[in-house]
Amino acid sequence: MVNRMVTGAHYGLRDWLAQRVTAVAIAAYSIFVGAWLLLHPQPGYDGWTGLFSSNVMRTFSLLFLLAVFYHAWIGVRDIVMDYVKPAFIRLAIHVVVILLLVLYTLWSVQILWGM
Amino acid sequence: MKFRIYRYNPETDGRPAMRDYELDLESGDRMLLDALMLLKEQDDSLGFRKSCREGVCGSDAININGRNGLACITPLSSLKQPIELRPLPGLPVIRDLIVDMTQFFKQYHSIKPYLVNNDPPPETERLQSPAARAELDGLYECILCACCSTSCPSFWWNPDKFVGPAGLLQAYRFIADTRDQATAERLDYLEDPYRLFRCHTIMSCVEVCPKGLNPTEAIGKIKDLMVKRMV
Repeated sequence: MVNRMVTGAHYGLRDWLAQRVTAVAIAAYSIFVGAWLLLHPQPGYDGWTGLFSSNVMRTFSLLFLLAVFYHAWIGVRDIVMDYVKPAFIRLAIHVVVILLLVLYTLWSVQILWGM
Repeated sequence: MKFRIYRYNPETDGRPAMRDYELDLESGDRMLLDALMLLKEQDDSLGFRKSCREGVCGSDAININGRNGLACITPLSSLKQPIELRPLPGLPVIRDLIVDMTQFFKQYHSIKPYLVNNDPPPETERLQSPAARAELDGLYECILCACCSTSCPSFWWNPDKFVGPAGLLQAYRFIADTRDQATAERLDYLEDPYRLFRCHTIMSCVEVCPKGLNPTEAIGKIKDLMVKRMV
């Protein structure tokens, strides 16, 4: 069979934009946690549980993790697009990565609200 | 002056090899292309392309000491010896420093590098304001030498799918042209994870362009327009 070259999936912009927006969210959270650690150099168990006891901090953390997972998904897919050519293997890797990221999301909720 | 040059003739050589050359230069020999022409007198089996010998035609683009550039406008005095010359990376080698540019021009053609305007042609010409004309500065000067596209890893990995910096610069040249009426179609064509979005803004293209153009900026402007029409 002739190997046809196929392009024209008509997406890309949304993901490119999402990668930038999630990067801002990741940066904001990292700066916040960095600043908090500077103000509380040795937080200890009580310090950490105190910080994560409010729903605002938990929600902020979940948003940060969701941003990391989405950002990672776009990045991993980009790498797979460049280096894995057979469509079947590529699809399989996509499915595994998506399932893992969904699992991580559920796990994050359990960690943040399960304390 | 010492040279190490990539030699490969697919009809007779099993594999490519680097061959050493030495050359005595005279005071009039200033550019790398002058040296290449003298080397060809020494060894007439050496293959390379050249035409205008003044940085206008883009024929003599090669990889010079690891960096893509035009031999005719690269001063010999700026190069560390031995000067290592290789064909442009990422394209099939026809012979020695001559590469097959088919894939590169296929990508260039894919973006419809011509004005699309369905209005009846005017008596004289389609006029532009000086400001509208100024939009094309930094875009129309491209000579399609392929220095940029062949220094781009995204083009190395996906030369059949990623348009590449040269093609994308030209795509923006027609998007930016006020006389062109196909902006929406052009953006539709480029809205693709491969054709445009393989660019990850590493700017190798800007680094090597012998005409000092900025494909990364043009690609950024295409993305800006896509965002503008989406939101």
